[in-house]
Amino acid sequence: MEMQPIKFYQTGTFTVGNRLLGEDQRAVQANMQRTNSLNSGHRACQGCGEALGARYAIDAAMRASKNQVIAANATGCLEVFSTPYPETSWQIPWIHSLFGNTAAVAAGIAAAMKVKGRTDVRVIAQGGDGGTTDIGFGCLSGMFERNDDVLYICYDNEGYMNTGVQRSSATPPAARTATTMAVGDHPGNAFGQGKNLPQIAMAHNIPYVATASVAYLRDLEYKVTKAMSVRGARYIHIFVPCPLGWGAASQDTIKLARLVVESGLFPLFEAEHGEVTGVYKIRKPVPVEEYLKPQRRFAHLFGKQPATETIARLQAGADRNIRKFALLAEAVAHE
Amino acid sequence: MNKPFAITLDVGSSLANRTGSWRTSRPVYVDRLPPCNHQCPAGEDIQGWLFHAESGDYESAWRHLVEQNPFPAIMGRVCYHSCESACNRGTLDEAVGINSVERFLGDEALERGWKFAAPARESGKHVLVVGAGPSGLSAAYQLRRLGHRVTIHEAGPMAGGMMRFGIPKYRLPRAVLDAEVQRILDMGAVLKPNTKVTNILEEMQRARFDAAFLAVGAHIAKRAYIPAGDSARVLDAVAVLRDMEGEAKPLLGRRVVVYGGGNTAIDVARTAKRLGAEEAIIVYRRTREKMPANDTEVEEALQEGVMIKWLSTIKQAGGSSITVEKMALDGKGFPQPTGEFETLDADSLVLALGQDVDLGLLNGVPDLQLIDGVVQVDPQMMTGHAGIFAGGDMVPAERNVTVAIGHGKKAARNIDAWLNGARYAPPPQHELASFDKLNPWYYADAPKTVRPLLDIARRKSTFDEVVQGLDETNALFEARRCLSCGNCFECDNCYGVCPDNAVTKLGPGERYQFNLDYCKGCGICVAECPCGAIRMEPETI
Repeated sequence: MEMQPIKFYQTGTFTVGNRLLGEDQRAVQANMQRTNSLNSGHRACQGCGEALGARYAIDAAMRASKNQVIAANATGCLEVFSTPYPETSWQIPWIHSLFGNTAAVAAGIAAAMKVKGRTDVRVIAQGGDGGTTDIGFGCLSGMFERNDDVLYICYDNEGYMNTGVQRSSATPPAARTATTMAVGDHPGNAFGQGKNLPQIAMAHNIPYVATASVAYLRDLEYKVTKAMSVRGARYIHIFVPCPLGWGAASQDTIKLARLVVESGLFPLFEAEHGEVTGVYKIRKPVPVEEYLKPQRRFAHLFGKQPATETIARLQAGADRNIRKFALLAEAVAHE
Repeated sequence: MNKPFAITLDVGSSLANRTGSWRTSRPVYVDRLPPCNHQCPAGEDIQGWLFHAESGDYESAWRHLVEQNPFPAIMGRVCYHSCESACNRGTLDEAVGINSVERFLGDEALERGWKFAAPARESGKHVLVVGAGPSGLSAAYQLRRLGHRVTIHEAGPMAGGMMRFGIPKYRLPRAVLDAEVQRILDMGAVLKPNTKVTNILEEMQRARFDAAFLAVGAHIAKRAYIPAGDSARVLDAVAVLRDMEGEAKPLLGRRVVVYGGGNTAIDVARTAKRLGAEEAIIVYRRTREKMPANDTEVEEALQEGVMIKWLSTIKQAGGSSITVEKMALDGKGFPQPTGEFETLDADSLVLALGQDVDLGLLNGVPDLQLIDGVVQVDPQMMTGHAGIFAGGDMVPAERNVTVAIGHGKKAARNIDAWLNGARYAPPPQHELASFDKLNPWYYADAPKTVRPLLDIARRKSTFDEVVQGLDETNALFEARRCLSCGNCFECDNCYGVCPDNAVTKLGPGERYQFNLDYCKGCGICVAECPCGAIRMEPETI
């Protein structure tokens, strides 16, 4: 998924833009005329990954659809920090739904646009992992099943953050939250629970499913653009670190979003009609510790007696992803 | 009040919410000092000229380069490029081939005929430069740029100094040297060859010079006492290399022994090979690790069949052989004689044991300080006698072309200030852009482009240039490997990664600006700047 047509040796394809590239070869985010769909003045915490991910995704969608986007937004951090009445940070037509029915609201808007013959208007539903994997899951599954012409974007910060960092079904094993305290024989969130929503979405055989991370902007924009080129139900799951809920430094947001991919814990892939069609290869592999250590929600793994067994289980999960998605294909070729 | 039920406020934009008030520290754009620039003895702004070369604007790159050093084509061949050892990219994959890009720019300038601009105004002051070596020419060039009249007195028949009479042709073709010297003379510097200054004070008074820069170099070969038979042929390296520039080439014979471990010894041995010697043996009393000669040159010499006898001293020279004594390192790492002797066949012995300075012109100058045969200068490059400055091999410093060029530049700036009754104050140095300031993840792997070498057969028999240049495509590739340490190269990362849209992009060449009304001080821009050009500073309350 290398998107840059010319190979540029100084910074490769990894920076947002570059003075030596033409405007069309840079990321949407490099453009002086980008939409800034989510504008300044929003009340997200310092270094919020979700605010970043939302602007990345919606700006790319706006460019791909010639600025004809309507977004429905589930209750959650994104809605709370962007639109405390009477102010809003959104610079697009935007509607706040209930916590659990965003997919249904968006499906309704899509139906209305169809009736009005406005095929140029594209509909996006967005929410956090709570509104997507837990509370809004039924509506979302229905939207997939009916193949409604909606792109659903989940910003996954692995918990209910604005209500006080409670566990969701996207919280990773061993992570400490307000409801999975780091106490007892198995501190933190339990192993073997939770949902892998991208794979559930794939099981619906919808036209397009992808995962993305705010550290891989070019890849994220490519996937949103690709999704906007397709009709029917589409799903993108974006990994967005939460400095507050994870106990991480605000400047480490992108670093964590990069390490989660490079450790193999969060594979970047895309799938069409239930089949994986592309994976983003890991460039500089790292052990899971490098990702876990900067976060206080995993601090109980690295105390005086490191929880080596737990860390090994997390590493095993990462290794399974690496095998399953062939995230290290180049290394295999060398063997 | 025409509002719906339960609505009391007008809707508005979140721009009314100035989140900048949350901030406890703020990001600040900075320019840090790249390690290559920090290392360069000639004070080149390497990152600065590579920046222009990256966009293919070679003329701007060249013009930026020559502000500090008028000899890029020469430097690109003979400089030992310690900048590349300092290069941060070396930690990532391999150092940027700075030297090869410099040569490309220098050659490009010669090919396209780019010239130096004449000074905008003449100062009316007249400066005497003694010695037309790299240091003197560099000073003359910088003094001309500052508008001073310059006359160069050179004892030898041509300009160039050690660049002509010390460095062999296979490293520096004379056409390149001549062209870069001529460009300085075209600015109006007057060269008087075959003009040896025997008394500097008299000369300054006679022609009413306002100041003088001395850079006579070190040309007198050091001797060592070696018992030699009547028929022994013992020469000194400086004379051998100098004679190479004349009509009558030195006669060295089929088997040549060179005594010494510096670059001059290597140059003579490689020259002997090219003159047809079957054997060229360097005798050096210590080990390879201790050898002062440049590693690349040692390597190239060995490839060409030059042999080196380590840990050996010469005891005696005869008509067709010499006697060497083997040495052994003692506990402190110093070589000590072992009493074990060996005989080597040799038609001639060349001594390359270092050079001394001819300080004759300074006779009768008061207030000078001479230590170990070199002239002491203050940090302004001025000798103890006001108005007389000195640099290059005749002052205490490492002896190489790059250092000499740096001396010339520094002296010129101080002479200029001194002539104006002021003291030159160099601009304050930025903080060093060390590797830990970078975010190297953003740089793609790209190994160095190696310059092609001349075929080994031709290297042994001809004086053709050994190291070839890069062409445009791979010079551009090499320039673009620069990480731009500590200096913004407009990658748009800060503009892209701010969760609060608090970075304003100002357009091509204008860089960026923080919008402190909304910057919350999260520091992501600092962490994700590839080149370390942003710093976090605490807010003062």
